[in-house]
Amino acid sequence: MKQRRIKEIIQKSFIWLCTFITVAALAWIVIYIIANGFEHLNLDFIFSEYKGGKNGILPMILSTVYVAFLSVIIATPIGIGAALYLVEYAKPGKLLYLVRFATETLAGIPSIIYGLFGFIFFVTILKFSFSLLSGALTLSIMVLPTVIRTTEEALKCVPVSYREGSLALGATKFQTIRGVVLPSAIPGILTAVILSIGRIVGETAAVYLTAGMVTRFPDSIMDSGRTLSVHLYVLAKEGISFEEAFATATILIITVALINLATNKAAGRLKRRYEP
Amino acid sequence: MNNTHIKIATKDLNLFYGDNHAVKNINIRIEEKNVTALIGPSGCGKSTFLKTLNRMNDLIPYVRITGDVYFEDLDVYKDYDIVELRKRIGMVFQKPNPFPMSIYDNVAYGPRIHGIKAKETLDEIVKNSLEKAALWEEVKDRLKQNALGLSGGQQQRLCIARVLAVEPEVILMDEPTSALDPLATLKIEDLVHELRNNYTIIIVTHNMQQAARISDQTAFFLHGEIVEYGATEKIFRVPEDKRTEDYITGRFG
Amino acid sequence: MNRVCNPISADLEYGTQQKRFRLRNLKEHIAEGLLLLCAFLAVLSLLIIATYIFYSGVPIFGKVGFKEIVFGMTWKPLEDMFGIFPMIAASLLATIGAVAFGATVGLMTAVFLAELAPLWLSKVIRPAIELLAGIPSVVYGFFGLIVIVPLIDKYFGGGGNSLLAAIIILGVMILPTIVSISETSLRSVPIEYKEGSLALGASQLQTIFKVSIPAARSGIAAGIILGMGRAIGETMAVILVIGNTPQLPGSLLDRARTLTSNIAIEMSYAQGLHQEALFATGVVLFVFIMILNIVLTTIFRKAGEEK
Repeated sequence: MKQRRIKEIIQKSFIWLCTFITVAALAWIVIYIIANGFEHLNLDFIFSEYKGGKNGILPMILSTVYVAFLSVIIATPIGIGAALYLVEYAKPGKLLYLVRFATETLAGIPSIIYGLFGFIFFVTILKFSFSLLSGALTLSIMVLPTVIRTTEEALKCVPVSYREGSLALGATKFQTIRGVVLPSAIPGILTAVILSIGRIVGETAAVYLTAGMVTRFPDSIMDSGRTLSVHLYVLAKEGISFEEAFATATILIITVALINLATNKAAGRLKRRYEP
Repeated sequence: MNNTHIKIATKDLNLFYGDNHAVKNINIRIEEKNVTALIGPSGCGKSTFLKTLNRMNDLIPYVRITGDVYFEDLDVYKDYDIVELRKRIGMVFQKPNPFPMSIYDNVAYGPRIHGIKAKETLDEIVKNSLEKAALWEEVKDRLKQNALGLSGGQQQRLCIARVLAVEPEVILMDEPTSALDPLATLKIEDLVHELRNNYTIIIVTHNMQQAARISDQTAFFLHGEIVEYGATEKIFRVPEDKRTEDYITGRFG
Repeated sequence: MNRVCNPISADLEYGTQQKRFRLRNLKEHIAEGLLLLCAFLAVLSLLIIATYIFYSGVPIFGKVGFKEIVFGMTWKPLEDMFGIFPMIAASLLATIGAVAFGATVGLMTAVFLAELAPLWLSKVIRPAIELLAGIPSVVYGFFGLIVIVPLIDKYFGGGGNSLLAAIIILGVMILPTIVSISETSLRSVPIEYKEGSLALGASQLQTIFKVSIPAARSGIAAGIILGMGRAIGETMAVILVIGNTPQLPGSLLDRARTLTSNIAIEMSYAQGLHQEALFATGVVLFVFIMILNIVLTTIFRKAGEEK
């Protein structure tokens, strides 16, 4: 009896310890970076160029926004289309299995492989060179599984009775999808988009092999650009300026926190919609 | 009986879910502008039968149907375009299923998919349909509000308005009041009473008082077969079959 | 119903109606076709990616020799020596180390959140872990570079850039994946199982270790495999802390270079055979990921069958 009590106490302390390690690691990383980054964070840093005496990050912010926007524009329609096919049309069988297998494998491929592929395919073979376009095309393939899966989940949440109601009124299948199913799944699709943006903003390996790392303002999507994550990597790797690195990392963490908040909001809306 | 018009008829209709023989040899002739009630214990095939009439069973895999269903003397499974068929044979479901959009958009949904775009026409249709469904007075000031905010009974009447908006000839009702409270049920029953003048209504119900109250004809289903079919009054007063009598007097089911 | 009396006009009407239906059905087919195309694009992307990576990376195995590359100990691209065994070893060691840490700590955290934590506490911790999952890997790397590396140097010596630093950073990075997936599967263990155990007089902890964890094992395994995939595929965070020397690490404190960092560091300037060798590195990495993926699908299928 006594032996068992001691064992239980040890086990319980171990569980507590592990939870403490998880939480402490998080707190340490976030607090340490924000504490050091905050003092270097000011409007001048955020809104100036990276040349002449200036070391601002506005060009990087713009490049990040461009790449994220482009990728989402490319990946979202394709991802939604694929999810619609899988949920609304596909019958269980080889094709469904094949697409499932492909999306799962795509989701598991490391970003450096995407970078490698983008480098050889978009940059070299298609001659898009190091450009926002090459980066966005590469990243849109990378986030495609996220968009497909999240949208699929959202579509599966739409009650069958909505589809029945519409079909019984004499709507065709596609009219039903467009008129009832898609609008009902919008919060879920929004979640997919936000999650994708999160992945794109945080990505480094796939971007710097495809979009390059030029620090100018990009003039067009054929220009090379450096995203925030790549900027942080270069600053840290080359030891250029740890202050700027801290400040950039702080901005990245804040962005991620905002993205998480937005995701939870969107998911919450989806949940509320179907609860009486 | 002779000069009444037969709206829907079936000939040796059978339906299988995989190996399960759910509907057996149904031969029924349903009159125009009449309320026909389908009664019977749960799992007797009455809802499944109802759904063969507007081909909603097409949505379910592994369903096999033999025999014929005629609507206006044409074969439902051969001669009709499925969309056209469902437009002419509307359906109200067991659980109210308004779409997650405004009350107005719910009613306008059908007309819109059938190509009506003019705002005035749509307004007119929405108003008319809601009036026919006895819902207009309750919702006329909040047509833009989400339909999911309505009470269960109101939602079901909205679903009926939604069906009326596409001007069907037949309305199938699959236990339309089973999810509603007694007061809301009464309103739906009154509505059915009103609608019988212009529409052919086939209603599946569990509730025998309801069948007796609102229907002209009644069919009693048991184990996928029709045991007895005839004038409601006769079925409830002097049933021919012992099983019908047992069911109606509450001895089983 | 009033039938149309004039058979000719009836036929005409019938004809236009048929045309309308045909047009509409055509539209439906086009829509379905477009959606199918979208779904197929996912398959096509995978095919193109795999083709190009293998097409660019496989020929060098013929030129230099499979054994010389996969089991070669020396990476000197300028002297045409492309042995990547040290990188394979470093990738595996870093992954194993990270998973050993991440799986233990992660699983226990999941147990805490699913079984022991009061509601308010799990409501605080869960979003925090979600945040941890979203933080870009380069931020982890930067933190490792600026905090972990100097700490290792201070207490163990050797400069700090080391396999150990990579293990720590990767271990923390994969925590959120393991925690959230394990927690979800622990929560989906039917309450009857737990009640059954508790009713037999087992304590809460005995129930957790003897009933809940075994019942949730396929979900937990999936979480660990996913974490493994993340660890072996991680690039930037590793580059910043591991030192990147292409040598077989003799101890945790040695510098090393992983498969991913090999590609990332040299890709921008590699030419010819050297570039091919980097693609070959990618092929090896790809194969590892595919193996993990197959294991993962098998686990999921098994879990599906069990249910």
